[in-house]
Amino acid sequence: MIKFLLKGLMRDRSRSLFPVLTVFIGVFLAVFLYSFLNGMMSDMVKSTAHYQTGHLRIMTQAYAKEANQNPIDLAFIGVDNLLQNLNEKYPEMIWTPRIKFGGLLDIPDENGETKTQGPVSGMAVDLFSDSSPEYKLLNIEDAIIRGHMPKQSGEILIGDEFAKKLKIAPGDIATLISSTMFGSITMANFKIAGTVQFGIAAMDRGAIFTDISDIQFALDMQDAASEILGFFPDDVYNDEQATLMATSFNEEFKNVDDQFSPQMGTLPEESGLTDYLAMVDSMAIIIIMIFVVAMSIVLWNAGLMGSLRRYGEIGVRLAVGEDKGHVYRTLIMESVMIGIFGSILGTLAGAGIAYLMQVYGLDFGFLFKSSSIMISSVYRAQVTFGSFVIGFAPGIISTVLGTSIAGIGIYKRQTSQLFKELEV
Amino acid sequence: MRNILIGFILLITTQSLAQSPSGDDVLKRLDQNMTSNSKVVVSKMIIHGRRGSRTIESKSWIQGTDQSFTEYLAPAREKGTKMLKLGDQLWTYSPSTDRTIRIAGHMLRQSVMGSDLSYEDMMEDPELHKIYSANIIKEEILNDRLCWILELIAKKEDVAYHSRKLWVDKDRFVALKETRYAKSGKLLKTTEIKEVKKVENRWVPMRIVFKDELKSGDGTEFMVDSIEFDVAIPDYIFSKASLRR
Repeated sequence: MIKFLLKGLMRDRSRSLFPVLTVFIGVFLAVFLYSFLNGMMSDMVKSTAHYQTGHLRIMTQAYAKEANQNPIDLAFIGVDNLLQNLNEKYPEMIWTPRIKFGGLLDIPDENGETKTQGPVSGMAVDLFSDSSPEYKLLNIEDAIIRGHMPKQSGEILIGDEFAKKLKIAPGDIATLISSTMFGSITMANFKIAGTVQFGIAAMDRGAIFTDISDIQFALDMQDAASEILGFFPDDVYNDEQATLMATSFNEEFKNVDDQFSPQMGTLPEESGLTDYLAMVDSMAIIIIMIFVVAMSIVLWNAGLMGSLRRYGEIGVRLAVGEDKGHVYRTLIMESVMIGIFGSILGTLAGAGIAYLMQVYGLDFGFLFKSSSIMISSVYRAQVTFGSFVIGFAPGIISTVLGTSIAGIGIYKRQTSQLFKELEV
Repeated sequence: MRNILIGFILLITTQSLAQSPSGDDVLKRLDQNMTSNSKVVVSKMIIHGRRGSRTIESKSWIQGTDQSFTEYLAPAREKGTKMLKLGDQLWTYSPSTDRTIRIAGHMLRQSVMGSDLSYEDMMEDPELHKIYSANIIKEEILNDRLCWILELIAKKEDVAYHSRKLWVDKDRFVALKETRYAKSGKLLKTTEIKEVKKVENRWVPMRIVFKDELKSGDGTEFMVDSIEFDVAIPDYIFSKASLRR
């Protein structure tokens, strides 16, 4: 039966080509949009985790209240001891301390006078220890445009765009003017080891990266850090485990009466992404729903046109005694085959294009010139198992739905009228 | 006869001024007491922050109202840091970087060594009568001293504080308490003098507590260890070259 229907579809292209094309375009768009949305969200969550919050973040309670202002005077003191505790209590996690700071980067001329100056936002991370996870997390080595990684204390990396703006290059000396943990103005000289570009406008515009020990010394923050970030070893956020860890940590270490006691928060809590992720999920469902409805209407129309074209054929089939239900079912079977075929083609094309975008990405940096959000300006899609599944249901449902509605007309045909109709 | 009449009028005017001087007169007397041709001060600043207290020692050379040079003596981390004020320009030198940087723009609003004083406070003209017009609003007893309460309103726009209230000791012409306000009326800073001493015929505040009302912490104590007035200070002190000496 299936073979018979398939032959019919292959031989009568006008019966299959338009519906297959419709399904193909619809599924292609659904798969591509799904993968694109997936990639954007995944990028956003990863960027947020890697550059801002980790999967878990520990700060003092006082710091947490003003975290967006990087108040280093409220940083946590006693990092070594806490790290030891964390490694004993949660050995499966990767823990790393960071300091986020602000200030001015001052470039001297040959007389030591200010040549250029610009506001800077810095991140101090563990650059030199062998076990440091930062190279992988921040993807630093791949981000280097000019120069090399800092090899010794006193060397820093600077955003490539920022370096061009300040007219400095690897090998030049820059003076960081900032405040110590206790509020004194402080200056520290650094040698530019290299320039970096992360594809995140907020960082490329005015950021420097230093080793944490250099900044601890420069900002008078011995054994202190703004925050300690925790990452799952597979770099995939697990909300259930993270919540459990945060609860047990806060029960043990958080003291409501001591504003400088540490508190642990999870990625969604720290980033405020919870509502955003829920909204994006709803948006994905809405997009798919609109796609199914729109495609069903198109295929219904295609079904109607097909029925008109096949008016005579169906009439003969009914006249020779074929049951109306059987005719209806064969049409549905045909639509399932068209749906499957169109969906396979659409999925392959959608996933293929999405994969290319996953590998190469599209740079929308010009849209983010003044953005301060830690979001990548290079858009990448992400092809997942879901990408191969997401198009099939709407692809098949819409063809079946379209044909089922159009096919109802079969039941309206009167056997007594058939021969009269066929004479015409 | 004419001379006697003029003399009589002058006497009456002087007496009435002595009985109830105007706010501007009080402010001028206060400025006279607080400023000198030159002075050298060794002082201590105890900063009571949210995480404990720190003490910073310094020595300052001050010439008139627009030249000053400060060298920080302790703690070890701050030792050798110098600051130079020349008119409306402020420079700081850091020995660890061997760099001299001009403090300007928004940096002026930053706190000096983490204290409750800002660089803007340091840059202010110490002669308040040049910037503010004053009115006596009432008299009050503060710390067992009879004081005039002076209300100061800025004569120009580009000042750090739009208005101030001063509790001026009627006998010693020292502002025992001061509150400084923004144009909106928000209280920005409070100053209280806890100890006054007579040095070379003038009353000098020896212990002052500054409190930045926008900052947490328990304020900054400023203590004068020694002070000398009208000292001859070599001109080279007030040059950028002296920062690196």
